[in-house]
Amino acid sequence: MCRLDGMAKQTQFFDEMTGRGNGPRAPYEDYCAWFKNEDTARLLAKSEEAEALFRLIGVTFNVYGDPDATERLIPFDLVPRIMAAREWAKVAKGIEQRVRALNAFLHDIYHRQEIIRAGRLPAEMIARNDAFLPQMIGMTPPGDIYTHIVGTDLVRTGDDEFYVLEDNARTPSGVSYMLENRETMLHMFPELFSKVKVQPVSQYPRSLRRSLSACAPNACEGRPTLAVLTPGIHNSAYYEHAFIADQMSAELVEGHDLRVVDGRVAMRTTRGYKPIDVLYRRVDDDFLDPLTFNPDSMLGVPGIMDVYRAGGVTIANAPGTGIADDKAIYSYMPDIVEFYTGEKAILQNVPTHRCSDSEALKYVLDNLADLVVKEVHGSGGYGMLVGPAASKKEIAAFRAKLEANPGNYIAQPTLALSTVPILTEAGLAPRHVDLRPFVLVSPDRIEITPGGLTRVALTEGSLVVNSSQGGGTKDTWVLEE
Amino acid sequence: MLGKTAGGLFWMFRYLERAENTARMIDAGLRISLTRSSAAESEWTAILSSTGLKSAYEAAHGAPDGPKIIDFLLRDPGNPGSVMAGIETARTNARTVRTALTREVWEAVNECYMVLKKLLAQPIADRDLPRVLQVIRQRTAIVRGASHGSMVRNDIYNFCRIGTFFERADNTARILDQKYYILLPSVRLVGSASDNVQWDTILRATSTTRAYQTLHEGETDPRAIAQFLILDGRLPRSLAFCYGKIGENLGFIAQEYDTRHPCHALAETLCHKFKAHDMNAIFDYGLHEFISDFLADSARLGRQIEIDYRFTE
Amino acid sequence: MTMRLNVEHRTHYTYNAPVPYGLQQVRLRPKSRPGQLVETWDIEVLGGQVEVAFEDEHANSVDLVSFTPGQSEIEIICRGTVTTEDRAGVVGPQGGFVPLWLFQRSTDLTKPGDGTAALVAATTRQDDDLSTLHALSALVLSRIPYSTDQAAPDLTAEDVITLGHGVCQDHAHVFITAARAMGFPARYVSGYLMMNDRVDQDASHAWAEVHVPSLGWVGFDVSNGISPDARYIRVATGLDYRGAAPISGLRYGLAGEAMSVSLQVQQQ
Repeated sequence: MCRLDGMAKQTQFFDEMTGRGNGPRAPYEDYCAWFKNEDTARLLAKSEEAEALFRLIGVTFNVYGDPDATERLIPFDLVPRIMAAREWAKVAKGIEQRVRALNAFLHDIYHRQEIIRAGRLPAEMIARNDAFLPQMIGMTPPGDIYTHIVGTDLVRTGDDEFYVLEDNARTPSGVSYMLENRETMLHMFPELFSKVKVQPVSQYPRSLRRSLSACAPNACEGRPTLAVLTPGIHNSAYYEHAFIADQMSAELVEGHDLRVVDGRVAMRTTRGYKPIDVLYRRVDDDFLDPLTFNPDSMLGVPGIMDVYRAGGVTIANAPGTGIADDKAIYSYMPDIVEFYTGEKAILQNVPTHRCSDSEALKYVLDNLADLVVKEVHGSGGYGMLVGPAASKKEIAAFRAKLEANPGNYIAQPTLALSTVPILTEAGLAPRHVDLRPFVLVSPDRIEITPGGLTRVALTEGSLVVNSSQGGGTKDTWVLEE
Repeated sequence: MLGKTAGGLFWMFRYLERAENTARMIDAGLRISLTRSSAAESEWTAILSSTGLKSAYEAAHGAPDGPKIIDFLLRDPGNPGSVMAGIETARTNARTVRTALTREVWEAVNECYMVLKKLLAQPIADRDLPRVLQVIRQRTAIVRGASHGSMVRNDIYNFCRIGTFFERADNTARILDQKYYILLPSVRLVGSASDNVQWDTILRATSTTRAYQTLHEGETDPRAIAQFLILDGRLPRSLAFCYGKIGENLGFIAQEYDTRHPCHALAETLCHKFKAHDMNAIFDYGLHEFISDFLADSARLGRQIEIDYRFTE
Repeated sequence: MTMRLNVEHRTHYTYNAPVPYGLQQVRLRPKSRPGQLVETWDIEVLGGQVEVAFEDEHANSVDLVSFTPGQSEIEIICRGTVTTEDRAGVVGPQGGFVPLWLFQRSTDLTKPGDGTAALVAATTRQDDDLSTLHALSALVLSRIPYSTDQAAPDLTAEDVITLGHGVCQDHAHVFITAARAMGFPARYVSGYLMMNDRVDQDASHAWAEVHVPSLGWVGFDVSNGISPDARYIRVATGLDYRGAAPISGLRYGLAGEAMSVSLQVQQQ
């Protein structure tokens, strides 16, 4: 018999199962009814079963700089994160608006830069942005889509309060976990899914194929040929690259499989070179083309940028979309959304202090213990300071880094991230979560898979959910209406 | 299919077959050292030679020594030709070609790897060895079974099969190459013939002892052993059988692609050799020469397949 | 004054072993623009083929050429006729989408250092930008006389200042670096120059352009101490040599390369 008692009344954080400690919230009612009749020992056994299954399937990731653990599992917690259809609808609408604005912004930045001319964004934000690629100036990708695949990171702080944390317009990862988590839950708790009606996610690979195909270049004849470009089996996300290619029936290629042949980017097959129409690349911009970018890159395809500019191939996401992931640009997102859509942003931005600004820097230095400080170009939870969780020594060390290069940092208030219970030996226990919904953009529609990847900080009180920092994942349910 | 993928599949199944064959040879060596200790050293040497690892072993450990050889062939981290290394390479290849495999095959390979990684983490005690060898055979058999039961019969499957039979034929030929002299008619030993330890090695190392006895009603005769391992189309480890399959699988690919390559002609020539020859003709030509030719031809065919199907640039 | 110039430009590469795969980006197509009318222009490739043609971010016409696999030589031949006009080096306002601030970026070849700072300090500021820039141009040539000794394509502006002499490419790099340090957007230009006294030219030419608010882009040929006139054909621009290089490539294998150029520019 499982009980919800473990979830002591707490008021500091919003818990998605119990609210502020008042018993199950509406979306969790059916789940909790099922859960009460379950046995903790059986669930813990299921948890081990899930882990064995993940290991067998090979859902693993590699940790950089950790030679002993080349393949690690991301811990999976089997208590789902559940959202009501109406809660999701608002989030989805907000994401769609934001993604639309992002695409318009990227087009503009690589063309007339109207937003800068209009004085809504300082030119330095682009000029000093390492992700801005001059080679993309004047380039309109097929279908005018820059970010085909987006993973918007959200956090929740209350019943109706969602904030966008990051936009991830470059190469969002994690979609394979969203899909495998659901498969695993279906496999382990089939009876639960007959009691609770959950919107499916399994259409994602088909949608991805359709969405990418809709962006095929003019040179494409007939049904578009897709391929996924991976840096190879040693990349931390290789499993995901193989998974995506497999699921959408595309070839998984590496740079050395590709060449420019007859004006196209073509892959070496057993029957000769075959042109690729849309390349979903999981190789960073800098390594994409040694002829145009880093000449030492062995991972890319020489000449692909030339073929791209000539209209012979679609690269998804487009090179140079990373400017939108810059955390200083992030601070302008409310303006960016308003400039390109003419509407107020539906989803809130976390108030952001740009440390390049001297007044902001002073404020940040005075309040380091209360703030979260991030590198402007950072990702994966590396190189950040979570003030309230940091020791005096860590804060002092970070202060020195910040003072040495203030332009490299932004700071945000520490948000009261919502919690969702995880299953522990002692029963349920609240842990902080975020949410990464996956968005597909094509010329005729923006498609958001209901739910996404819920990342959970497994350590009590921790606010860092990144898998590279010991975070886990959960299945995310959006209920049917 | 990518050329790299075809190569990855070919090698994945070669490595699996090789690991399995090495396990069979360890089994043979173990059996001989238990039952005929006087012959053990020379038989271990023959086994090392036929795996192509003799000089690597000697460089690392010196004189042949049963337990050391077993550990070397099974799991020595310094030996890239060990069973464990082979399984690991097969799995790495499987990861590279993951999109060409069914989930069943991938999981079978991955589980094979995970189980053996744990099992072979430490040197194996004598009493555990038979069980460990059995697990290796079972795990590789599960991969074979999964590919049989779940893979579509297309180019992907055919490249897997070619890898398997290529390695198997190679393995049988290399064992014969080590022992050809005891199969020659001229050295047939009167009286002791049915008790020749070296024949035993050959049959055990190819795991064909029972099959041979069934088909030859217990009569052990070197000429029949040679005939059996080279020409008998009923034996799945004979050269004729393996080349029949390679020819067949290459043929399926030619049909699917509607294109013939130089490798097809080469394979046909090789297959023809088995059809056209009987044991007398082979002995007349010279058994050793026949096997040497075969190993050279087989290497040439391997290179040609690699070129024709663009495994690499 | 206008001129009608005929160009034949051959670049011939030979390798000491067959090249299994190679690509070359060719920026050798001049475009018509005010002051320059391209009547005919053809590029022929021997030992290779044009894979794609496109416009880069600076609106240069680029051809991507692949080697015929296994070849050990490749030749790129440009032939054309261009009518030019003397506009005293004035190219005009910035067109296209490249923001002017991009031309103030330093590159690996144009990173300013002490040498650049000294040049800038020694440049006499005049009342108008144009005179200041002409003064800078004259100063660069006086401190770094023209010489083909130790010419190397990868010299940085600071290297050249230290070396104390250079060719047109080096002059352009030093001038661009200094102009940017003075706050001007500046760029590298590659093209052709018809030297009055000869038909066979040594090589293709390079100079610089600086953006001044009143006139837009203005050319400065430091090596010759003038602004380009009707004898100049402007082919490609970029932030430095690498961005505007006539031919830049990449090839697999270890074959060594030798290059020879023949260039004829003559007035019709």
